[in-house]
Amino acid sequence: MSDDNETQGPILSMEGVGKWYGNFCALHDVNLMVELGEKVVVCGPSGSGKSTMIRCINRLEEHQAGTIRVAGHTLSANTKRIERVRRDVGMVFQQFNLFPHMTVLQNLMLGPVRNRGVSRAEAKSLAMHYLERVHIADQAAKYPPQLSGGQQQRVAIARALCMQPKLMLFDEPTSALDPEMISGVLGVMEELALAGMTMICVTHEMAFARRVADRMIFMDRGEIIESAPPAKFFSAPESERAQLFLSQILSH
Amino acid sequence: MDWLLFGAVLAFAVYTAYRVNDVLVYHWDWSRVAGFIVRRDNKTGHWFANILLLGLFSTLRLAWWGTVLACIIGLIMGACRASPNLTLRIISRVYVELIRNIPAVVFIFVFYFFVSTQLFPLIGLNSRTVNVPWTDNAIFRALFGPPGLLTNFLSGLICLAMFEGAYITEIVRAGIQSVPKGQWEAARAIGLSRFNIQRDVILPQAVRKILPPLAGQFITLIKDSSIVSLISIQELTYMGNEVANSTARVFETWIIVGVMYFAICYTFAVVFGRLESMARRSHR
Repeated sequence: MSDDNETQGPILSMEGVGKWYGNFCALHDVNLMVELGEKVVVCGPSGSGKSTMIRCINRLEEHQAGTIRVAGHTLSANTKRIERVRRDVGMVFQQFNLFPHMTVLQNLMLGPVRNRGVSRAEAKSLAMHYLERVHIADQAAKYPPQLSGGQQQRVAIARALCMQPKLMLFDEPTSALDPEMISGVLGVMEELALAGMTMICVTHEMAFARRVADRMIFMDRGEIIESAPPAKFFSAPESERAQLFLSQILSH
Repeated sequence: MDWLLFGAVLAFAVYTAYRVNDVLVYHWDWSRVAGFIVRRDNKTGHWFANILLLGLFSTLRLAWWGTVLACIIGLIMGACRASPNLTLRIISRVYVELIRNIPAVVFIFVFYFFVSTQLFPLIGLNSRTVNVPWTDNAIFRALFGPPGLLTNFLSGLICLAMFEGAYITEIVRAGIQSVPKGQWEAARAIGLSRFNIQRDVILPQAVRKILPPLAGQFITLIKDSSIVSLISIQELTYMGNEVANSTARVFETWIIVGVMYFAICYTFAVVFGRLESMARRSHR
């Protein structure tokens, strides 16, 4: 691979990225650089392309224009390279998407054993390590449907961490949770941020964003409208659309 | 109330039987037909399975191997049906549509000709090559029947499996597509290959969902196996026909054959019911 260059430059760079569903423009000229260790929170009204953007980063969606480089690899149709990139990029979904027919432990071991060729014993100790980090090591033998939503989401975070990624993507991780479950999941994410994990997080939890984010990204209609440190973004947003969005989301 | 209804149904059944007997003026003679189930060798006094029972065994063999083969075909073709690859999708689609839109009997006549005159000579299979020492033992006979009838048995088996495989393909496809999209995405996100996603994540979940319709299809397969009697495969229906023709005891013969089919199919249904509730208990 000629473009392997993992040590230098940003962990993620998106340049002029565009995507269409038929005539509908889902992403338009998206430019985003994320440095190693940076925590980015993406917000914006629903349908603004936030999810589509982060799903392009591990190629759950294909972009049609521009280039995306992740940890030195340029994303293309090359299957092997995509699998390689996914090793470096963990993802947490709104709906958890745990595998219901496997125990929590098996959920966590699957990726390392299959993609990274780790031995079962090693994968198991890795899994237990990350289950402890998300504070549910005692649930290892259970099946996902036996757990609460908050516990399932923490398992999902641990499953992503087991791949020992360089970049974590969160796609509205607390939107499907009951209110009393949210703080536990956000707590785990904050611990992760403190430990120096690079994160891109789509969320509506603005208090969390204020505490954790190095940078706020505001998107609307498939475009990045504003990119600013949280202090500036929340006190004095530049664009009218961001002002409107913040007034709506912070008023209640 | 239940008892009243039950009594009424019973009374109706008895009355019908009486009327039928009255109209038909038919002399029931079960003993002659019973002799075709088991036969007693007069010299040695041993009991032997006669052609009806042999036919039943043949049907069981057809059902067992037909199920195995149809499952393999169905699993592969079903995965093709749900595949993003256009060529694979077209191949499996053509297979399914061809078989679903042609009557079983017609398909089997055409396909039998192909198998017995083209496929078997191509791989050098005929009644002589089959008569080698390793085919002549009890285990082989139990699994595949008498070696002399092997080509006959195999052609019937392949026809049946091809036919039922199409229906299993559709069941498997529905099962695969019933697994939520999020499962694919989560599996892709941890970098699994297409093959691993299918084997580790999708199929295990699909199998649990397709077990009930699959059970129904297996029972259909057993019943459909009577169709291959038309291409002279010596299974239960074929044997029943022989007995009915030679003894002229039409009703007795076909009633016994019917009871035999019922026994196999109902046993299958009960076993599958058990398996299903076991599978449900072991997972939440």
